Amino acid sequence: MTSYRLGNAGSVNRGQPLTFTFDGKNYKGFEGDTLASGLLANDQMLMGRSFKYHRPRGPVTAGSSEPNALMTIGTGARSEPNVRATVAELYNGLTAVSQNRWPSLTFDVGAVNGLLSPMLGAGFYYKTFMWPAALWEKLYEPVIRRAAGLGKLAMQADPDRYEKSWAHCDLLVIGSGPTGLMAALAAGRAGARVILVDEGFRLGGSLLSESASIGGVSPADFAAAMIEELEALPNVTLMPRTTVFGWYDDMVFGAVERVQKHVGTPSPDLPMERLWRIAAKRAILATGSEERPLVFGGNDKPGVMTASAVRTYANRYGVAAGGKIAVFTNGGSGYRTAADLVAAGVDVTAIIDARAQSADAVPDNVRVIRNGAVVSTKGRKRLEALIAERSGFQEQIACDALAMAGGWSPIVHLMCQRGAKPVWSDEAQAFLAPDVGAAFIAAGSAAGQDRISACLKDGATKAVALARELGFAAYEMNIPEVEGEYDPAFAPIWYVPGARDKAFVDFQNDVAVSDLGLAQREGFRHIEHTKRYTTAGMATDQGKLGNVATIGIVAGMRGVSPAAIGTTTFRPFYTPVSFGALAGTSRSEHAAPVRTSPLHDWAKKNGATFVEAGLWHRSAWFPREGEKGWRDSVDREVKNVRRNAGLCDVSTLGKIEIFGKGAAEFLNRIYCNNFLKLPVGKARYGLMLREDGMIFDDGTTSRLSETHYVMTTTTAYAAEVMSHLEFASQTFWPELDVRFVSSTDQWAQMSLAGPKARAIISRVVEDDISDAAFPYLAAKPVTLRGGLKARLFRISFSGELAFELAVPAGYGEAVADALMEAGKDEGICAYGVEALNVLRIEKGFITHNEIDGRTTPDDLGYGRMLAMQKADFIGKRQSSRFGLTAADRMQLVGLKPVEVDKEFMAGAHLLKEGATPSMANDQGWVSSVCHSPTLGHVIGLAMLKSGRERYGEKIVVWDGLRGKEVAAAVCPPVFADPDNRKLQE
Amino acid sequence: MASLITCPHCGTRPKEEFSIRGTALGRPHPAVSEEDWHRYVYLRDNPKGRYQEYWHHAAGCRRWLVVDRDNVTHDVFGVTDAATFGRVGE
Repeated sequence: MTSYRLGNAGSVNRGQPLTFTFDGKNYKGFEGDTLASGLLANDQMLMGRSFKYHRPRGPVTAGSSEPNALMTIGTGARSEPNVRATVAELYNGLTAVSQNRWPSLTFDVGAVNGLLSPMLGAGFYYKTFMWPAALWEKLYEPVIRRAAGLGKLAMQADPDRYEKSWAHCDLLVIGSGPTGLMAALAAGRAGARVILVDEGFRLGGSLLSESASIGGVSPADFAAAMIEELEALPNVTLMPRTTVFGWYDDMVFGAVERVQKHVGTPSPDLPMERLWRIAAKRAILATGSEERPLVFGGNDKPGVMTASAVRTYANRYGVAAGGKIAVFTNGGSGYRTAADLVAAGVDVTAIIDARAQSADAVPDNVRVIRNGAVVSTKGRKRLEALIAERSGFQEQIACDALAMAGGWSPIVHLMCQRGAKPVWSDEAQAFLAPDVGAAFIAAGSAAGQDRISACLKDGATKAVALARELGFAAYEMNIPEVEGEYDPAFAPIWYVPGARDKAFVDFQNDVAVSDLGLAQREGFRHIEHTKRYTTAGMATDQGKLGNVATIGIVAGMRGVSPAAIGTTTFRPFYTPVSFGALAGTSRSEHAAPVRTSPLHDWAKKNGATFVEAGLWHRSAWFPREGEKGWRDSVDREVKNVRRNAGLCDVSTLGKIEIFGKGAAEFLNRIYCNNFLKLPVGKARYGLMLREDGMIFDDGTTSRLSETHYVMTTTTAYAAEVMSHLEFASQTFWPELDVRFVSSTDQWAQMSLAGPKARAIISRVVEDDISDAAFPYLAAKPVTLRGGLKARLFRISFSGELAFELAVPAGYGEAVADALMEAGKDEGICAYGVEALNVLRIEKGFITHNEIDGRTTPDDLGYGRMLAMQKADFIGKRQSSRFGLTAADRMQLVGLKPVEVDKEFMAGAHLLKEGATPSMANDQGWVSSVCHSPTLGHVIGLAMLKSGRERYGEKIVVWDGLRGKEVAAAVCPPVFADPDNRKLQE
Repeated sequence: MASLITCPHCGTRPKEEFSIRGTALGRPHPAVSEEDWHRYVYLRDNPKGRYQEYWHHAAGCRRWLVVDRDNVTHDVFGVTDAATFGRVGE
């Protein structure tokens, strides 16, 4: 193994060596290396295999646009696929493995695809695998997917934490190169709140790779001094390792911070990544520019890189990309790269310049081939030589790396994410940032400036202007002198003619010039169609490197300007963002909050099994020793409530306190039934309609004083009802004096039901609760023995004599304990929502099974509650429409099986006897079903066409889903105590 | 859609604090024609461009607001409390 590490060049920390592995082999690098620079230093140029043809590939870049050097980093649950080795920060013990190869990176069977490449052009699978269609999903697609691909996901749960945060600033500076540093300092010195963000692990951007001298010091030292001053400013926040991936409405930027991606043993006290939303008053895009690759035959050999990447590896990391490096250029960048390499002692074999002449300084003893072109390359797993051609004369030049300089494209992605398209400039021969208004502006080379001195000045000037606009006293900055700058001007050459091998425009997806030609011939001419047909510009790099060349070549094929071709659509995310970061803390049990009742612990110690109902965990039943299943427990609880008494937690029902002189009138308009004359101390059942006449929610509302009511809602609709009341109050009738506050969480509420309920509760309540003093539907504040103030309601959802007792939440468990103790001799039991449901079905009470948004009060047998004589209530006008009063509407009925041992389930449909199941023959459906321990068989509630006229009729309960048919008799929907005698006891 | 909404009571807040109900539309007088009621309950325009919507500051002051915005450019022209919306000069 040859070492390609250069003497003492670069800014890696030679005093801090690191060890890491790649494909099981040990390597050494330094602190400050990326995984790619560490591998290159160790003569490991081969880093991956291409997506389609499995061609051997090395890194093309030294940054985030990297298409080739994708690896899986980490092990086990922490393994992360498709990491770009060119940006992955090296740490001690890092484990990397290559992807998309079998059995190994050096010998990959999939490379046979390369031999078949004449058949595998753009769209090949659409054309090849058409028949038989059935084989597509079963055979072709899985095989193609296995052959073509990226890394594999870890199938274990991610062990790390992620979080989200907001940040606010006057000026957001995106990018910390010469432009960004000057901008941040200019605004920072003026006192503006500045956030400086950079995707790199070290701030400084391109300054870390430059070789000029700025203000008499090296660019890296100049950057270090700027950063030191910025760090000392309390109003400036520096955020390295943070990528701004999106620009959203109202100047909100999305960014992801890699907090611990570079740490061998992550701290459990820190998140792995942090997702930021940055609300900025102004922002400067200082993202720099991307060097374009050249498109020539064999341009994908490992060792062919952009010139700026070769420079970065040499100047920043102290790594030579090769022992003998050739340069292929169309501008000054190639010459500067050659000069830097020569200065570092690297052998530069030749500069091949596509232009006939140039004023660029040629390093001593380096041969220049002007008007030249590279038409082919030799070597397989690493470049060995290139074939250069001039005027038909070809020669082979030995080299193990090739620096290609194809011109510069400003990195304008973020500015184009909200609909604006970049603008082609003939002068710059590049797409430039669009004008997106005064709040977000591009500066430096992102704005088309091509020299360091110009970038320093542009960043400072624009930041000063923005700071002044925001009212800060910003002063002009002194721009330091830059010595030894070069002229990066270039003459574009989109496609190098005479290619003897495939010339790639998109490395990651193996899209060659020939594929672009095919797309044009076959009619996929719009650039968006060309992209999708050839896959140019897709996958993890999203064409950061190849898109401009794709557009330039398509323009060349069509004989038009790139301006006429335009770009594809830019969307977030700029670089891939993990799902972990996007989810933040919202995962597993934290994906949604858990609501527990104040009686949760009471239920728990009484042995409850809990059920999730929305966010709530409700006690479902209370199993006892010897019971074989939930039905045993529920049957026992139901029987005990009907015979003795039971205590049920009903705290989850929505509770809304309503105050104000206008409250009575307001409720009268909210409910379809009368509420105006509800006396103080009384509860009333009410139905709330939607404006279309359908029932919205139901519940009881009690009048505690002239101007104070407490409303209960169903558990599921508590939030909706609250919003509904607020909407009606604030937009329909703002003149009514009424206010609301939700008190669901403030009260523990329990229902004590059963013939012995009064005997039990009177041992806990001081007040007289005899039937005379506290009749059915009484609702009053009471005092418990010991002095606790409570609310008592004589309401029932079981058909039994029942009381609901509400106490401040913190006292819930103690009061429930007291009631259980007081009822011990009476045989009290705890019962859950399952028994509650059986009790209400037996009694024919409705829930949202029946109130499903399609039912009117009359459908459910509550037609008499509609107080049409009222001047107004929500839903009044639509309630009288013919469709809502039609005689053949579905109406609530009861169902009993004809043979008592037969069962049916909710969701089944109803058919006349002998009718074939069809939409036309559908008579209705079953809404609620339970086994009734009171009757000893299954009972159901159902919606049936003209149901109330059909009591006694035999009907078929057809359950197509479960393949069952049961004969049932239609009956009234009240199975227990139809005369309500028990309620009045 | 806007990322930030300036509530007249709470100031500039993220859009996640709000829920949207749809077109801001005055409820008709109970006595108007069946046709008017039908239009109010069932018919909605689906304008491209500027229009007014009811937004509820559900995780804030719990006031219903009218957000005057452009659904193409995402510009927000104003946010008013629904109780005062449309009542100026009434």
